[in-house]
Amino acid sequence: MLLSLMIFIPLLGMVVVLLLPRESEELVKRVTLLFTLIPLALAVYLFISYDRSTAGTQYVVNAPWIEAFNIQYHIGIDGLSVTLLLLTALLGPICVIASWRNIEKGIKAYMALFLLLETGMLGFFAALDLFLFYVFFELTLLPMYFLIGVWGGPRREYAAIKFFLYTLFGSVLMLVAMIAVYLNSNIVNGVAEGLRTFDIPTLITLAATQGHALADPDFQMWVFVGFFIGFAVKVPIFPFHTWLPDAHVEAPTAISVILAGILLKMGTYGLVRVNMAMFPQGLDHFTSGTGFWGNSLALLGFINIVYGSFCALAQTDFKKLVAYSSIGHMGFVILGLASGNANGITGAILQMFNHGVISAMLFLLVGVLYDRAHHREINGFGGLGTRMPIYTGITTLAFMASLGLPGLSGFVGEALSLLGAYDKFKFLTILSTIGIVVGAAYFLWTLQRVFLGTLNPKYEELPEINGREILTLVPLGILTIVLGVWPNFAIDMFRESVTNLIDVLNAI
Amino acid sequence: MQPLSNIESLLYFSPEILLVIFAAAVIILDLVVKNRESAAVAHLSLVGCLCTFAAVLFTHFSFGDEGPVSLFLGMIRLDVFSTFFKILLLLATTATILFSLRSEELDTRLKGEYYALLLAITLGMFLMASSTNLLMIFISLETVSLTSYILAGFLTHSPRSSEAAFKYITYGAVASGTMLFGLSLVFGMTGTGDLAQIAGRLTELLAAGDIAPLAVLIAITFVLAGVGYKIASVPFHMWSPDVYEGAPIPITAFLSVASKSAGFALFIRFFYTGFSASGLMEAVDWSFMLAIISALTMTVGNLAALPQQNVKRLLAYSSIAHGGYLLMGGVLLSSEGVGAILFYLVVYLFMNLGAFYVVVLVANEVGSEMIDGYRGLSSRAPLVAVAMMIFLFSLTGIPPFAGFFGKWILFTAVLEQGYYWLALVGLLNSVVSLYYYARIVKAMFFEDAGEETDRVSFSTGTFALLSVFVIPTIFIGFLNIFYTFSNISVSVMPMQ
Repeated sequence: MLLSLMIFIPLLGMVVVLLLPRESEELVKRVTLLFTLIPLALAVYLFISYDRSTAGTQYVVNAPWIEAFNIQYHIGIDGLSVTLLLLTALLGPICVIASWRNIEKGIKAYMALFLLLETGMLGFFAALDLFLFYVFFELTLLPMYFLIGVWGGPRREYAAIKFFLYTLFGSVLMLVAMIAVYLNSNIVNGVAEGLRTFDIPTLITLAATQGHALADPDFQMWVFVGFFIGFAVKVPIFPFHTWLPDAHVEAPTAISVILAGILLKMGTYGLVRVNMAMFPQGLDHFTSGTGFWGNSLALLGFINIVYGSFCALAQTDFKKLVAYSSIGHMGFVILGLASGNANGITGAILQMFNHGVISAMLFLLVGVLYDRAHHREINGFGGLGTRMPIYTGITTLAFMASLGLPGLSGFVGEALSLLGAYDKFKFLTILSTIGIVVGAAYFLWTLQRVFLGTLNPKYEELPEINGREILTLVPLGILTIVLGVWPNFAIDMFRESVTNLIDVLNAI
Repeated sequence: MQPLSNIESLLYFSPEILLVIFAAAVIILDLVVKNRESAAVAHLSLVGCLCTFAAVLFTHFSFGDEGPVSLFLGMIRLDVFSTFFKILLLLATTATILFSLRSEELDTRLKGEYYALLLAITLGMFLMASSTNLLMIFISLETVSLTSYILAGFLTHSPRSSEAAFKYITYGAVASGTMLFGLSLVFGMTGTGDLAQIAGRLTELLAAGDIAPLAVLIAITFVLAGVGYKIASVPFHMWSPDVYEGAPIPITAFLSVASKSAGFALFIRFFYTGFSASGLMEAVDWSFMLAIISALTMTVGNLAALPQQNVKRLLAYSSIAHGGYLLMGGVLLSSEGVGAILFYLVVYLFMNLGAFYVVVLVANEVGSEMIDGYRGLSSRAPLVAVAMMIFLFSLTGIPPFAGFFGKWILFTAVLEQGYYWLALVGLLNSVVSLYYYARIVKAMFFEDAGEETDRVSFSTGTFALLSVFVIPTIFIGFLNIFYTFSNISVSVMPMQ
C-alpha cells in the first residue's frame, strides 16, 4: 500500500497541477515540489524500514489486473530496487528546484509531465510483473519526448524524436522477447499445463526448473538478446548510444539530470532484474569468458569505458563532455555485471547509484554555468575560480568523485567492478583502466580550462552560485562523501539480493 | 437448430428493417423541411441509429436460450459475432453523423440523400457481418460498395471528390468481378452456397482427391481480391489514399473504420467458417499467403505515409498499415487471433475516429488539412492538441494507450502461431509509424503557430464528443470486459 502510494502520488500531483489556473506559476511550482517531497519521505521511510537481513521482496502488493491474460498488479521491493527508488525520489524534488527559474514557458505543462515521468520511473523500479514492468518502462517515453522536444535547446526536435525512435526500437524487441517468455511460461517437457504468467519471481523460479521450456539454453539465449537490446539502448551500450549526447545537450538541465541519473539506470536495472536473474544460461553464453561470444558482454563494457572516455576528451561543449563521460561510467556497470561474481555485481550496483548521484551533480553544475554565461564552450571560460569560489569548490568535488578519487563514492563502485571483472576477463579489465586515466585527464583538463588561469574579462561580473542552486547540490555532495568513506551504507541494502542473484547464476 | 423460415425470420431481422424505414423517412422528411440550414434530417438519422441499437440488443437477448439462429433459410446468421459487429458499426455511423453535423464542407442541398445513404450503407455492412451464404455475401458487399462510391463523390463542387468516386468505382468493379469469379469457382466445386456446408464438402473432395488443392487456392485468391479491396490490403489498396483524400472527412473516417470493420467481419466469417477445417488447412496452405499480404500491407502503408504532408492522406496510409496489423490476426485464423482482431477493431474505432474528428475540427477552424496547419495547435487549442496526441500515440501503440494493448494481443496471437518473422516485421513497422505520427505531434507542440496565434474556442458539445473518443482510447486496455467480450464473440462461431 505504502509503495503504491509512493508510485501514484506524483500521478495525483499531475492531475492537481493540471487543474490549477494557468496564471499562478508560483503555486504550480510549490504544489509540484510538495508532490515530489511526499515520495521522497516515503522512500526514506522504506529505505530505513527495509529488512536488510533477507533477499526476499518486501512491501508486496499482488492484485489481479487483466485476468484474461493472467496479468497482475504485482509490486514489491528488494535491496536493489529500494536503493534506486531512493535515488529517483531524491532527484525528484532536486529537479523541481533546479527548474524553478529557468523554465520560461508552459511551466504548468512542464511540471505535469515531470510528475508523470516520476510515476513511470518509480513504478518501473517497483514492478514485479513483466507486463507492468514494460508499461512503466514505456510510460517514461512520452513525458521525456515532450520535455526534450518542447523545452529543449535549438536542435530539440531532432534530439527528441531520435531519443523516442531509438528507445522504441529497443522496446519492441523487448516486447517480442517478453511475449515469447509469456507463451512458454506454462510449457513443461513440451506439454502445456496451467496458466501462463508474467510474474517475475515465478518466471525466475520456472527458468531454473529442469525440463521447463524457459530453462532451455537456446531459448534463454534468444530472449536474452531481445531484452538486452531493449535495455542496451537505454543504458546506453555501444553501438546504441548515439541518441544520448544529442538528448543531453538539447534537454533542459533538470531533464538531463533525470536522464543521466535515472533513465540510464533503468537499462542496467532491467539487465539485473530480467536478463541476469531470469536467463542465467543466456547470460552464461555471453559471459563465460571463452571464445568471442563468451567475452562479448565484457567487450561491450570495455568499449563503452574506453570509447566514451576518449569521446569525452575530444569535446569542447561542457554538457557533451559530461554526457560522454556517462557512457564511459556506465561501461563499468556492464563490466561489473559481466563478471557474475559478488564483487563485480556489488560494484556494478553501487556504481549505478553513485553515477546517478554524481552525474546529477555534474549536469546541475553545467546548468548553473549555462544559466549565467548562456554558452557551454569549455574554452570560452577561464579563471572562474577567482570569481566563483563556492561553485568551483563544488565542481571540483563532483569532478574528483567522477574521476574516481579514493575517498569519494565513484572510486568504490569502479574499483569493485574492476576487481570482480579481473577474475574472469583479465585482459579486458586491464585495458579498461585506460578509461580511468583518460577520465582523470579530461576532468582535470576541463578544471584547468574553466576555473584556472586568468579570468576572461567578459565574465568579471558573473554572479556566484546562489542559495537555491546550492540547495540542489548539497544533498548530492553529502552522499558522494558519505558513500566514499562508508560504502556499506548502501551495500548493506542489497548484499542479500546480490548473494541471492549469485546463487541463481551458480545454479546452472 | 434449424434455419428459420422467411416469415419467422422477420422478427430477428428488425434492426435491418428499422434501418430501411429510417432511410426512407429521412428522404421524406428532407422533402418536407424547407429550411436548408435545419439539422432535422441528421437528428432523425440519429434517432434511427438509436432505435436500431435497441433492436440489435432486443434480437440479441431474444434468441438467448435458443443459441445462435440462422435466418431466411440459412442466408444470414444471428450470433454474438454479428451482434458485436453491429454495435461497432452503429457506433461508427453515429459518430459519422455527428461529425457531418459539425463539418462545414458538406453541401447543404443534398442532406437528405447523404444521411439516407449513410443509413443504407450501414444496412449493407450489417449484412456483411452476418451473411453465411455466398450469394448473400456478394449482395451485401455490393450494397456497401455502391453506396460508398456515391458518398465518396459527395463534394459535388470538388474535382478531387469526383476523381475519388471515379477511381473507387473502377477499382471496385474489377475487385467485385474477380471476387464473383472466385465465388463461382467455390460454388462450382462444392455445389452449395452455404459456408458451413462448403467446408465439409471441400474437406471430403480434397480427401478423395476429386479436386486439386491448387483449384481451391485459386478460388481463395480471387475471393481475397474482393475482401482485400474492402480492407485495403496490398495489392488492392491503391484506391484508398486517393479516395480518402478526396472524400468528405466524415466519410473518410467512416470508410477507414466501418468499411474496414465490415470487411474483416466478412473475411473472418468466410475463412473461419468456410476454409479453416483441419483437413482443408493441411491440403491448401493459404495462411502463408495471408502472412505475406499482411507484412506487405503494413510495410507499404507505413513507408508511403512517411513523406505525406496532407493529414488526411497520411491517415489513409496509416489506415492501410492498420489493415496489415489486423490481418496478422487472420493468419491461421486461430481463435486467439480472431479475438485479437475484434479487440483491435474496437480500439481502432475510437482512436481512428477520434483522430479524424480532430481533422474535421482543424479543417473547420484553420481551414487546412496539411500538417503545417497544425503548427502551434498546442497553444491555440490545447485540449484538442492533447486529444490528437493521444490518438496518434495510441495508433503508434505506445503504452498506456489502448492501441498498445490492441497491438500486444495481436502480436501475442501471431507469436503463438510461431510466426516470429511476421511479429518482428509488425513491431518494426510500429517503430517506423512513430516517425510520421510524431511529425504531427511535433507540429502541434514543438513549432510556433506563426502569424495566427489567437486561441480557438470550441463548444462544449465538441469537447463532449471528443472525450467520447479520448476516454476509451486511454482506458479500454485496462478493463477486463473488452477482452472477455471479444473472446466470447469468437467462441460462438462454428469452426468446422
